[in-house]
Amino acid sequence: MNPVNVSLKSEISSGFDWEKIRADFPILKLKIDNKPLVFLDNAASSQMPQQVIDRLVRYQTTQHANINRAVHYLSEVATLEYHRARCTLQQFINAREDREVIFTSGTTDSINLVMHGYGRKFIKAGDEIILTTLEHHSNIVPWQMLATEKGAKIRVVPINDKGELEVDEYEKLFNERTKFVGLIHVSNALGTINPIKRMIDFAHQHGVPVLIDGAQAAPHIAIDVQALDCDFYTFSAHKLCGPTGVGILYGKAALLEAMQPFKGGGDMIASVTFEKTIYNTIPHKFEAGTPPIAAAIGFGAAVDYLTAIGIENIAAYESTLLDYATECLNAIPGVRIIGTAAEKTAVISFTIDGIHPHDIGTILNQDGIAVRTGHHCAQPVMQRFNVPATSRASFAFYNKKTEVDALVAGIKTVQKVFL
Amino acid sequence: MHTNSLYQEVILDHNRKPRNYGKLDCASHHAVGHNPLCGDRLDITLQLQNDQIDNIAFQGESCAICKASASMMTAAVKGKSRLDAETLIHEFRELATGKLDVNHPHHLGRLTVFSGIRDLPTRVKCAILPWHTLHAALNSIASASTEANNDPVQTVVPDNS
Repeated sequence: MNPVNVSLKSEISSGFDWEKIRADFPILKLKIDNKPLVFLDNAASSQMPQQVIDRLVRYQTTQHANINRAVHYLSEVATLEYHRARCTLQQFINAREDREVIFTSGTTDSINLVMHGYGRKFIKAGDEIILTTLEHHSNIVPWQMLATEKGAKIRVVPINDKGELEVDEYEKLFNERTKFVGLIHVSNALGTINPIKRMIDFAHQHGVPVLIDGAQAAPHIAIDVQALDCDFYTFSAHKLCGPTGVGILYGKAALLEAMQPFKGGGDMIASVTFEKTIYNTIPHKFEAGTPPIAAAIGFGAAVDYLTAIGIENIAAYESTLLDYATECLNAIPGVRIIGTAAEKTAVISFTIDGIHPHDIGTILNQDGIAVRTGHHCAQPVMQRFNVPATSRASFAFYNKKTEVDALVAGIKTVQKVFL
Repeated sequence: MHTNSLYQEVILDHNRKPRNYGKLDCASHHAVGHNPLCGDRLDITLQLQNDQIDNIAFQGESCAICKASASMMTAAVKGKSRLDAETLIHEFRELATGKLDVNHPHHLGRLTVFSGIRDLPTRVKCAILPWHTLHAALNSIASASTEANNDPVQTVVPDNS
């Protein structure tokens, strides 16, 4: 365990000092055009604290070699540290066994792994796959590719005007042809938190496995895959203050063992001859080639960092930011918040009457404010609300109320420019 | 880059009151421009007679930069020959991607208000979309896109001069 995190924990127990936590993030000291950076694009990628940066430097300067191969010192250290990171992730999501945690390049890679490993083996012509309107393109396109290849069918769960899934409609979609469910835990475009436990239970009553895209949930909600009883769960490190290029796929061991490999290569084999290859056991079966070792170890450090603060504490603080921002933006004439679900993470998608999101984003940038503008890789959500795009402010635990104020002032500037 | 220099009054004015907005009933040439990244769509209709653009109109959903660019473009090419329009298209793309030396002779006139766009790579496509669509219309290509092979940042318009 990183000693810095231990001291952090004792600090937190004696009361939260979010300013002090914010100081862990060197990038937040940046100035953009002489204005302090107001980083409100955390749903796209969050920033990295010094503790994780230090961990990456320590690995790269004292521990790096390829893993699972050589007998020399560095290879053994790197192999051990990589395995430790896997165990950290296992604990973080409360998986039964470490071999149920596969390192992937990220959420998209994980979903493609399940599509190829499970879908291509078990989904047949005429079968149906249930997805929702809220899905990110990464949980739509792989299944469309599979449906086209197999002659399977995609069924889509609608949402209401608040951006909440219509769970009754979801339940009506099930029939004897339903073979898989892909479900986003938290909408990246709107922040809606979906009632996944109820939906997983319903799918299981029909014997249907469920994959949860947790990319937007893991940074804000404590995940317990055993309590959820989901079959697959996936998220990326870079949305949890970790590095890009790594994520995990959790899968129930029995399912992972029944699946076919996704990528062939080194490390995923037990033995190779030109006549026959015997695949390695899980998780190695799904980790062909040299994995992102440094990034995975950085991922472990990021999870340690967040765990020391406590995901519940993070969620509670962020919800105060959400409430404040919602109140402030609702008070500005001409601003419309898209996505008003009762259960939300700290994401606000909004439009301003008569002003295109790209113009909003460019003018906010002038004040050092970083928001995302566009369709957020969720075009079906945009179509549902009949908007081409939105602006999205997404908050992290290192944001503060004065940054909400800066956003409000920025929006008023935008409106003034286009008066 | 100071965004103020991009959102100048002339651009805001054309955004507020776009010129040549609408659709020609009897167009000889027509193209639809699309930027899939932001969902912008632009419809250009024009009447070409004896290789001269007698009339031109545009309509669509887009940001202020795109709409102002389209408005100023239609005003600039109306009455011009196809060849002169292609020259303007070429020069505007060079301007937007920072390749045009404005100190050398060019034909852009007030269109140089878009020079600031070169500092905002993500917005270059917004300014170029109308020009790209006009090029497609003049060359009887039904639809234009800012993506793939048509990426304006990478594609060079054939030099007609």
